[in-house]
Amino acid sequence: MLELKSITKHERGQAHVEGVSLSLEPGKLHILLGPTLSGKTTLMRLMAGLDRPTSGEIVMGGQTITGVPVRKRNVAMVYQQFVNYPSLSVYENIASPLRVRGAARRDIRKKVEGAAEVLGIKEFLSRRPNELSGGQQQRVALARALVKEASLVLLDEPLANLDYKLREELRTELPRIFKGSGAVIVYATSEPREAMLIGDSVTCLHEGRIASTGTARALYDHPNTLVTAKIMSDPPLNTIRIEKKGAVLKLGGSSRLHVGTHMETLADGPYEIGLRAHHLGISAPAGDGIKAVVATTEVTGSETMVHAEFMETRWVSLLHGVHALNAGDKISLNPDADKLFAFDETGALVAAPAS
Amino acid sequence: MQKTHDHKALWLVAPALLLVAFTAVIPLMTVVNYSVQDTFGNNQFFWVGTEWYREILRSDRFHAAFLRQIMFSATILAIEIPLGLAIALSMPKKGLGVSVCLVLMALPLLIPWNVVGTIWQIFARVDIGLLGHTLNGLGIDFNYTQNAGAAWATLIIMDVWHWTSLVVLLCYAGLVAIPPAYYQAARIDGASRWAVFRYIELPKMSRVLLIAVLLRFMDSFMIYTEPFVVTGGGPGNATTFLSVDLVKMAIGQFDLGPAAAMSVIYFLIVILVSWAFYTIMTREDFEPSGGAR
Repeated sequence: MLELKSITKHERGQAHVEGVSLSLEPGKLHILLGPTLSGKTTLMRLMAGLDRPTSGEIVMGGQTITGVPVRKRNVAMVYQQFVNYPSLSVYENIASPLRVRGAARRDIRKKVEGAAEVLGIKEFLSRRPNELSGGQQQRVALARALVKEASLVLLDEPLANLDYKLREELRTELPRIFKGSGAVIVYATSEPREAMLIGDSVTCLHEGRIASTGTARALYDHPNTLVTAKIMSDPPLNTIRIEKKGAVLKLGGSSRLHVGTHMETLADGPYEIGLRAHHLGISAPAGDGIKAVVATTEVTGSETMVHAEFMETRWVSLLHGVHALNAGDKISLNPDADKLFAFDETGALVAAPAS
Repeated sequence: MQKTHDHKALWLVAPALLLVAFTAVIPLMTVVNYSVQDTFGNNQFFWVGTEWYREILRSDRFHAAFLRQIMFSATILAIEIPLGLAIALSMPKKGLGVSVCLVLMALPLLIPWNVVGTIWQIFARVDIGLLGHTLNGLGIDFNYTQNAGAAWATLIIMDVWHWTSLVVLLCYAGLVAIPPAYYQAARIDGASRWAVFRYIELPKMSRVLLIAVLLRFMDSFMIYTEPFVVTGGGPGNATTFLSVDLVKMAIGQFDLGPAAAMSVIYFLIVILVSWAFYTIMTREDFEPSGGAR
């Protein structure tokens, strides 16, 4: 069990991490989710012992390890860049943490081959890292982390530099690879998709603070704040300030929306509403939705992403199939009233759609 | 696509071709031309074939100069490469110190060669030079005009002073190009300072080190100006390196044929040794090109 107790890290007067408290169980995959500069990497460096927190306490298995240098901790880390020793063979690369520890030759052979087997790089053991593809190089780095049998495994956006297909492949393997080890596994990413797919528990970070913690599904369905909802949404969450009056929501101008059943009980007044891209429909401009103008469209084949503008707001709609829309086309946006999230003035969730 | 048959391309290549022809090919071929003929100056040439080559390759004078040259280059490399590497490793990686160090390092490189020679010629003089006078004052017999050891020491220290900076700058460039994640990973692995140097920094710097070795070898192997200014090749022939000898032969004695033959041999040696360095250093112990991230 790794516990962080109100950890703060300041660097040159700037707060990189502020009052973070977390407890991470072994054998589970914990996701640190947040955009760049949200403090994910800083937090990982603190967990690893590469940096000392300005204040706060780090406890591992009941022992305070706040000031213990990284050499004396048993930590493994994998980075976004593929970090391997360039002049050593893949075998020696994987063996390096064991050699530093002075393990027996037979032991080393067994462990290295075992890890290579798990990661599917057994046939490359005699090669050098730069003779391998990016995905294979990252597998070597992962194998090195695996043989170390560390009590804390830190994965800092390990798939970010891989191409799409390799990323999918490794993503399904990663939890299987490390979960058996009984280590505390921390995985930093900026993609809610990864959090949903592999995370046992998710911690959303925003500007160095914890925005929320919970299971990915819970945070997706009931984001406690607007910030969490934004972090948990990709494509980005569509938001706008509205005024609720009885059964209608006034968007400003002449646009009106009907109140969904889950929002009927809310008191009248100003709210900020959020809507995910796949709940925003599009129809011909004659329809009764919000009048908007297409800014850009991205067609991926199976899906079309439409960016539309109205009243200085830009919303995104994710549609199935190919839709032929050009920039400048006039359209109507049709939000699914039953799928709206409502947040009050402070950004706290006040109404969520039934899931 | 249709192939065009006008001669536009030729016109585009022509300037570069002319430049290379006049700066490299034509002078080189002139030298080759001289090296197989005998001349007495009044534009009369006699074909002698490979006679000058045989003469040069058999001459003790050439062997001695060649040996001196090899010794000089080997000493220079043995000092400048490790020293440059060490300085680069101990230079700061960020902050104000970086610019200060870089400017200090670049200073010797900005001084013209003959000026460097003149500086050290005066600096090491026994009568008025700070170094020479001080050493003699301390009871050390240091006189580069009479003592071969002192002449060598002066030239080597001068070259180290002048050119170690180049090695430093190259190594430093290679060093700062290593992503910080490597150092972090090494810290987490518990790697020692030596292991970081041996398994991260050195392999990552192998390319720039190769460039540094090649540049320093070629340059020191062709050194002329500095020994000419400081010692004039003396005392005796103690510091008569290949190029000093070559100039003596060609201009001092006006032996154009043998001098030309010597030039060609000299040229081939430089190419051969450079090629040898390149082959050895790009063998598998060092990181092969490309792909490394």
